[in-house]
Amino acid sequence: MRLRLKLSDYLRILEHARAGLPNEACGLIAGRLEEDARQVEKVYTLNNPDACPEHFSIPPQAQLEAIRDMRSLGLVLLGSFHSHPNTPARPSDEDINLAYDPAASCCILSLAGAEPVLKCFRIERATRLVREESIELTPSSP
Amino acid sequence: MILIVAGNPKEYPDDLNLTRLIELEKVETPIYVTVALNDSFVESGGFESTALKDGDRVEFLYFMGGGR
Repeated sequence: MRLRLKLSDYLRILEHARAGLPNEACGLIAGRLEEDARQVEKVYTLNNPDACPEHFSIPPQAQLEAIRDMRSLGLVLLGSFHSHPNTPARPSDEDINLAYDPAASCCILSLAGAEPVLKCFRIERATRLVREESIELTPSSP
Repeated sequence: MILIVAGNPKEYPDDLNLTRLIELEKVETPIYVTVALNDSFVESGGFESTALKDGDRVEFLYFMGGGR
């Protein structure tokens, strides 16, 4: 399964991550489950209450407002994204330990190198199995 | 009765509580799930005693976090 992401949504994630530096930035992705892909239709940029370069959190209370909006648009929660300001785009031990929903896509945007790198994963916390989901960037909607 | 679970209206048996709904829905890692019922959070200790009624809206949410 791959994640299909509009260029405008990718740029929104990137802008949010850069604006949040030096701290980690985070948010939710919502969309539709299609036969061959998870289609992202909307990105929700959220505050990182940890305000820290090494941690992020999105408690359920912070998700509920976005969930209400998703339901009004007929979208489902596909997962989350967060930035790694100083480390590669791969799940850290903490990312794995806190991946309570194995159905969720976990997108990580690394700002550690000269160019940003976005990768997406599905994580099974119990077995510590990490599978990378390919990302298909598509043109933005008109 | 009809419940709206994760945005989807669906028929369920009457006399259902949250614990049983979590089982019916095969919720992933149920010990970590947070439940919002009609936009209010239900304490995990209250799942068994929370009866559902026709038209209720239920969301299953998980803490998300990580870092580095």
